[in-house]
Amino acid sequence: MPHDSHDHTDPPSDLALRVKALETALTRKGYVDPEAIDAVVDTFETKVGPRNGAAVVAKAWTDPAFKQRLLDDASAACAELGFSGQQGEQLKAVENTDAVHNMVVCTLCSCYPWPVLGLPPSWYKSHAYRSRAVIEPRAVLQEFGVDIPEDKEVRVWDSTAELRYLVLPARPDGTDDLSEDALAELVSRDSMIGTGVAQA
Amino acid sequence: MTEPQSFSDLLPSTVGEPIFNEPWQAQAFALTVTSHKQDLFTWDEWATCLSEEIAADKADGGPEDGSNYYALWLAALERLVTAKGAATAEELSGLKQAWTENYLATPHGQPVPEP
Repeated sequence: MPHDSHDHTDPPSDLALRVKALETALTRKGYVDPEAIDAVVDTFETKVGPRNGAAVVAKAWTDPAFKQRLLDDASAACAELGFSGQQGEQLKAVENTDAVHNMVVCTLCSCYPWPVLGLPPSWYKSHAYRSRAVIEPRAVLQEFGVDIPEDKEVRVWDSTAELRYLVLPARPDGTDDLSEDALAELVSRDSMIGTGVAQA
Repeated sequence: MTEPQSFSDLLPSTVGEPIFNEPWQAQAFALTVTSHKQDLFTWDEWATCLSEEIAADKADGGPEDGSNYYALWLAALERLVTAKGAATAEELSGLKQAWTENYLATPHGQPVPEP
């Protein structure tokens, strides 16, 4: 044991050391550039997140032609706004209407539309959400504070590595005079996963 | 088998929660994204590998709240990297040991050298 706390550095956790070992091995083999690692972390911590998706939704609410393009090919429509995926996945937008409420899950892991929503919240990755969203979606929605009337259909979309979903929430009533930017403020992350609704 | 947890227990923490709770989680995430970009594996292979880790953890009675998500992510990445032959398990454990020794040999406050 070191007798002086200044003559050594405490190693980080076992998990952190395993990551360091992987990074060293992959860097040596040329699969990883440490600067690229930092750039990826920076992108996900500061540049992508649910504000991207909110901008997409607000534009769809105010621009019918864009909304149609979004529903026809969400990957292309989001790319128009500069939001594109890096994993070769397709994005599909599903629209909430008076008759249908959509919610999104990934039952197997945690596939999620990163370019428009950033990385998923912790509950999205939980075993509880992944299993219950499919079995009892209405009960799960109630726990999120979302009451769906019995006569409204609830559709649950199971994401995959190739296909991710973005819910297009319903535009709240009484927002006719709001600008696109002001509308975007009403679009919560959860409303685009379908576990919330956009509220004025 | 654990009873599914109520979401009311999970929700309060998720507004404004950090993207990553510890730096190693961000590193593990970024290692995966960059290795994929270098064609070490396809994203489908990655998702399959991660799904297998998550399913095994669930079968073993892992936590319902996903708190060990990035630990499973790391295990999946180690498995895929070794399966692809980019590193062996022995190499990884040797590097982990070498990092530990470098930490212990570096006076506090100085940069820890790469093994």
